[in-house]
Amino acid sequence: MGIPFDQILIQTVNGLVNGMILALVASGLTLIFGIMDVVNFAHGELVMLGGFVGATTLAMTGSFWIALAAAALTLALIGAVLQATVLRPLLGRDPLTTILATFGISLVLQKYALWQWGPSARKLQEPITGQFDLFYLEYPWYRVLTAVLAAAIIGALYLFLRFGKYGIWIRATTQDRVMAQAMGIPVPVVLAVVFGIGAGMAAASGVLFGPLGGVTQTMGSDFTLRAFIVVVVGGMGNLGGSILAAIFLSLIEAYASLVVSPAQAVIASFVVLILVQLFRPTGLFVPTPK
Amino acid sequence: MLALENVHTYYGKSHILHGVSLEVNPGEVVGLLGRNGVGKSTTLKTIMGLVRPSDGSVRFEGRDIAGMAPHRPAHLGIAYVPEDRRIFRLLSVLENLRTGLDRPGVSEARKDELLEKVYKHFPVLRERRSQAGGTLSGGEQQMLAIARAMMLEPRIILLDEPTEGLMPRMVSQIREIIHVLHREGVAILLVEQNVPLTLEAAGRVYIMEKGVVRHHAPAGELRANQAVIHQYLGV
Amino acid sequence: MTRPARPAIGYWTGFAIVLALLLATPLVLPEFWQRFVTEILIWGLLAMSSDILIGYTGMVSFGHSAFFGLGMYGAAAALLTIRPPSLWLTIIYGLVGAGLVAVFVAYFSTRLRDIYFAITTLVFSQIFYVIIFTWTEVTGGENGLTFRQPPFSIPGVLSVPFTRDGFHWFIVAVVTASYLVLRRVMQSPFGKVLQAIRENEPRTRAIGYHVERYKIVAVMLSGLFAGLAGVLYAVQNKFTAPDFVFFLVSGEVVIFNVMGGMGTLVGPVAGAAFFLLLREGLSRFWTEYYLIPVGLIFTAMVVFMPQGLLGFLRRRLNQ
Repeated sequence: MGIPFDQILIQTVNGLVNGMILALVASGLTLIFGIMDVVNFAHGELVMLGGFVGATTLAMTGSFWIALAAAALTLALIGAVLQATVLRPLLGRDPLTTILATFGISLVLQKYALWQWGPSARKLQEPITGQFDLFYLEYPWYRVLTAVLAAAIIGALYLFLRFGKYGIWIRATTQDRVMAQAMGIPVPVVLAVVFGIGAGMAAASGVLFGPLGGVTQTMGSDFTLRAFIVVVVGGMGNLGGSILAAIFLSLIEAYASLVVSPAQAVIASFVVLILVQLFRPTGLFVPTPK
Repeated sequence: MLALENVHTYYGKSHILHGVSLEVNPGEVVGLLGRNGVGKSTTLKTIMGLVRPSDGSVRFEGRDIAGMAPHRPAHLGIAYVPEDRRIFRLLSVLENLRTGLDRPGVSEARKDELLEKVYKHFPVLRERRSQAGGTLSGGEQQMLAIARAMMLEPRIILLDEPTEGLMPRMVSQIREIIHVLHREGVAILLVEQNVPLTLEAAGRVYIMEKGVVRHHAPAGELRANQAVIHQYLGV
Repeated sequence: MTRPARPAIGYWTGFAIVLALLLATPLVLPEFWQRFVTEILIWGLLAMSSDILIGYTGMVSFGHSAFFGLGMYGAAAALLTIRPPSLWLTIIYGLVGAGLVAVFVAYFSTRLRDIYFAITTLVFSQIFYVIIFTWTEVTGGENGLTFRQPPFSIPGVLSVPFTRDGFHWFIVAVVTASYLVLRRVMQSPFGKVLQAIRENEPRTRAIGYHVERYKIVAVMLSGLFAGLAGVLYAVQNKFTAPDFVFFLVSGEVVIFNVMGGMGTLVGPVAGAAFFLLLREGLSRFWTEYYLIPVGLIFTAMVVFMPQGLLGFLRRRLNQ
């Protein structure tokens, strides 16, 4: 094959890092889908806005961590409000309408970002610079930090869902919305909060991705598309599956970009999706096909 | 305490309830009999706010609750045990119970008390408390569904066909539980196809046909004269 | 969704009036608005083709940018390789291109439902986008391809270059013919079965219809007419570009459908007109941010006016 080992190594680590960021985005998306059957076309735009809010906050305060928190909280709030206003009336209607409504929102958010932040990309300064020795190569610390942070946030989400009263409420609502209401769980609030959590996670991804790839108005569609693929391959509504699928797909793309250009490497993910849809439509990482 | 008056309910275009009127007084066990499809479940769902009535009134302790947001009746003291149980399959037994326990204004001590009480009546739930709800047998799931409702400390429980598909041993357990609840002063609106159980447990019985209440009598009277039952239920 | 019975005379009169207006535009309107009307017609055709799937059969597809794009590039291929350039071969090439894509999509339509189908068609469009974007030697990559317009020809009889107005009339003819054909098809038993599939697929299957076959035909029909729109666009503007294959174009088409009213054929054309007019009008004040108000209007319509403009008007007129 003739591809040097160090390149394969770098791509493996890159794939893992990108995979964790994508996993963070996709977890929010699959959480939202699982609980309210909404395919959030605007999810990528939430990532993008998170990146911009983060960039602006970073410029104002000089602290990456404050930027991360501010972006996550701001978008969480926006997300919850969006759900409560636009998506609540659509509950129970044809799933087509939520796809369309969120598509409309994505257009508005995309152009709003263009309006507020202009057409040029923003770059975020990474909080830790410097590189370390990965075998005989130099690898940036920040990339590892990104993966660790993303994993930490997803881990926190998992713990939150598994233990504690609100986690039970969210899981009960996901499984049987009607019965959850009959038990007195305030489902409308739960739905808005979950959408907010998903949005906050997306925003965090945007900020984490900032130092790696910059923030542009058009990055939203790319993230949305990839997140959709991850969620379908991982099994819709399946949190663990999404994480595995995100890493899997990112690794495949990373390796593919050794052979073709990065713009073309994305086809690898597309092909995986098509194959999965042909042979295991319910998801690659779902235990048994239903 | 609970009063329905001339309630009409639609599912889409289907007119299911054609003017149902019934009432339940505090602490009473009231039976609701009728063949499949006459609207018994729909009546319960209308009370719970899961479907909105197009006409008529549903009053609980004097308040109009028709069309209330579906998560409110539980807070008012109305608990619902649907047919097919609908326990949260992926939640553990304990987590299922917690959906009813975790309410505002309930102290930790009280929560432990309620749990202990329910474990006493349903020892099998204590055994299986960490198991996922979906792994329980049909009868155990029914126990869990009722126990979960009890966690709400309700004033009235709406029971929809609790003995459906259960073995006789389980049916006796259900009968026991109904007695226990009655002794504690919890009112019960019992929808059933099991006539003997209903006649034995209930004080009064309504009989429905085609979306309306056709007959209403004390259980004793119906026990003595089963002709009416045969007429409406063809049993 | 059945249409209220209207006297045929009223309908055909209205149709004739609209047709006459469309034919008259080159004589009446300034050039800018003239091109605008032509654009509406082409996008309208695309929206109609999409309506077959979304409005009639209930299959949300984001794949129309692929059909449209391949129609465009197929036409480009013909115009760049065949000497002398032939209008009819151009159309055929374009239809074949779109048709091939349609075969794939048709296959998926039988295996996947709802969201999975929608996402897969979206990904499908993107595959073509990436291929076209990066295969620069063949497709011209980012910059696309340019070529000359073929003449209007009846083989063996005459060959006349198109004038601007002439081509407009050609487009009117093609779009009108397409509309009439589609209308005929949708009102036939075939069209009724499609609607039954949309309303209740399991029941339609249970009654005994081969739902898969109907879906395949619907997709092929939809794809071919979308490809035809692509051919018209390419020939009209004498260029192609990968932008048109990007999945957002499919999104815009869906907007036309929703805004105009799904399942009506006319609705999507009206929706296209409405959207393009909004864009034109709002661009004056909002420049490139016109999508903010348009997006808001669209989202509001999805929530409050799901039956689209046409449905809304129809309800009003019936009161």
